[in-house]
Amino acid sequence: MNRWQYALTRILQMIPTLLVIMVLVFAMVRLLPGDPAVAILGDRVTDQAVARVHKELGLDKPLPVQFWYFLERVARGDLGTSINLKVPVTQLIADRMPVTLFLTLYAGVLAALLSVPAAVLSALKRGTWVDNLIRAIFQVGLSLPVFYLSLQLLGFFGARLHWFPVGGIGPTAASDLYYLFLPALSLGFYLAAILMRNLRSSILEVLDAEYVDFARAKGIRPRLVLFKHILRNALISTVTLFGLSVGQLMGGAVITETVFAIPGVGRLMVDAIFGRDYAVVQGLTLAFAVVIMVVFLLTDLAYSTLDPRTKVA
Amino acid sequence: MALPSAVTTAPRTRRRPLRVRPKPTLLIGLAIVTALLVMALFPHLIAPYNPSKFDYGAILKGPSAQHLFGTDNFGRDVFSRVIYGARVDLQIALFCTLFPFLFGTLAGAITGYVGRWLDAGFGRLVDVVMVFPFLILVIAIVAMLGPGLRNMYLAVSVVGWVYYARLVRGETLVQKQSEYVQAARVMGYSPGRIVFRHIFPNAVTPAIVYWMTDMSLGILLGASLGYLGLGAQPPTAEWGVMVADGKNFMVTAPWISTFPGLVLTLAGVGFSLVGDGLADLLRPKR
Repeated sequence: MNRWQYALTRILQMIPTLLVIMVLVFAMVRLLPGDPAVAILGDRVTDQAVARVHKELGLDKPLPVQFWYFLERVARGDLGTSINLKVPVTQLIADRMPVTLFLTLYAGVLAALLSVPAAVLSALKRGTWVDNLIRAIFQVGLSLPVFYLSLQLLGFFGARLHWFPVGGIGPTAASDLYYLFLPALSLGFYLAAILMRNLRSSILEVLDAEYVDFARAKGIRPRLVLFKHILRNALISTVTLFGLSVGQLMGGAVITETVFAIPGVGRLMVDAIFGRDYAVVQGLTLAFAVVIMVVFLLTDLAYSTLDPRTKVA
Repeated sequence: MALPSAVTTAPRTRRRPLRVRPKPTLLIGLAIVTALLVMALFPHLIAPYNPSKFDYGAILKGPSAQHLFGTDNFGRDVFSRVIYGARVDLQIALFCTLFPFLFGTLAGAITGYVGRWLDAGFGRLVDVVMVFPFLILVIAIVAMLGPGLRNMYLAVSVVGWVYYARLVRGETLVQKQSEYVQAARVMGYSPGRIVFRHIFPNAVTPAIVYWMTDMSLGILLGASLGYLGLGAQPPTAEWGVMVADGKNFMVTAPWISTFPGLVLTLAGVGFSLVGDGLADLLRPKR
């Protein structure tokens, strides 16, 4: 099977999962007590509007038919309209998703920059105080809640020292690197802790492998052994873990964006919950799921490229 | 026909005999968790003040001998609130994990043993739960049900059991192939008896280990929702809520948020160290 066939198979495998997600998102609004049309339109609503939504959603029809209408509307890109912002949900998502994606990506890059050197150092100095210190720091990182780290960084480096802005995004994309540094750091630190743990133990595993002994015995320079033989193999499982963690990273973005007042989809989600804007909550839940499915797919493909052994399968 | 056990079972280690010597990190974790339990059970013996009593004569006071962690904008003693918070947050850790543990382990054992369509359906469910970020799924459910601790437990339980079920299912699949299960089948035991009396006790260990880690995740999740205003509601002395209480005083009175958050982090470290330590002790080295 070549790479394209593999990619196609994986995409086809996503369809049943996507269907289950659609059912869940469809069912969400029906968890609400009372009439879904009233829930979607808000409390102060005219009878005509309710009747119109009833007709649109086909609420007088049996559930499977309603679900089919729902699928049709989603396929057309129609996720309803926000009652508070009076804007189509699809447009809201399109406007705000880039900020969240940028923040998530930035956090991921910072996590990689923090965890890879730390893991290499920790593994090579195994059992020394350096190793213990690095592990202790990242152990705390595993338990440091994102909202708390965000707030502390914001309070200290933003409000007190004025080194960084206390929230929002920059006027240009390039200035976002500066504006979003603290949010990305607080979001990425947890991931860094997970990655460093995983990478450290896989480096230790690879260090024992015979091909590393062999490379050393051949007289290859230590640095070259480290990068070409040890890191390249140790990173394979870490890359997978990285991809799988993107979902958690986006979940954390909900909190970071709230603390730092960043106009992304995470903050939109929290605002929508408090504003009882259910069409937005519904649309965002679906959007998150789709983005993460795509990331998983890319992770799978990256994995098969990194590890030549999986190409045959 | 039965092969001699030496052929079918993996050679049982010729390594040094098992020495049960817990690592220092496990002991640190146990110490933290014990301290939290004492705080949760006997807060009135430790806390010098009533955690919810306003004292307008002592507003936004910094840490001192009278108020170890200072006071907040209502003059409430932050130290006392942190102590009483242990009860709320440990309760969150327990209630966020108890149902997922009980139901998840059972469901995992049954799914793994029955296999076929049940297992296929479960596989799809796992795919979906893995695709959704846990936090967003829980937030979405809480959004529908309304904020508050009870709805949070409900939301976490609806999703959380899948992780336990996945672990136990995997282990059940391994145990299913083992000799003692085949022997039990030959003896004519009912599937129910085989699953619950024979397989389950052997397959549940990873789930118990994960339970400790999950408690740490539960505390952090509960506090996060509390911070967002979706979990415990003010004026409850919950650590996440307390961090949120102090968010507007980060420059003038940083102690209001800092101390509850530190204890929260410490609690997370404690449970995850216990989880890791148990994993080392209980998991067979392969």
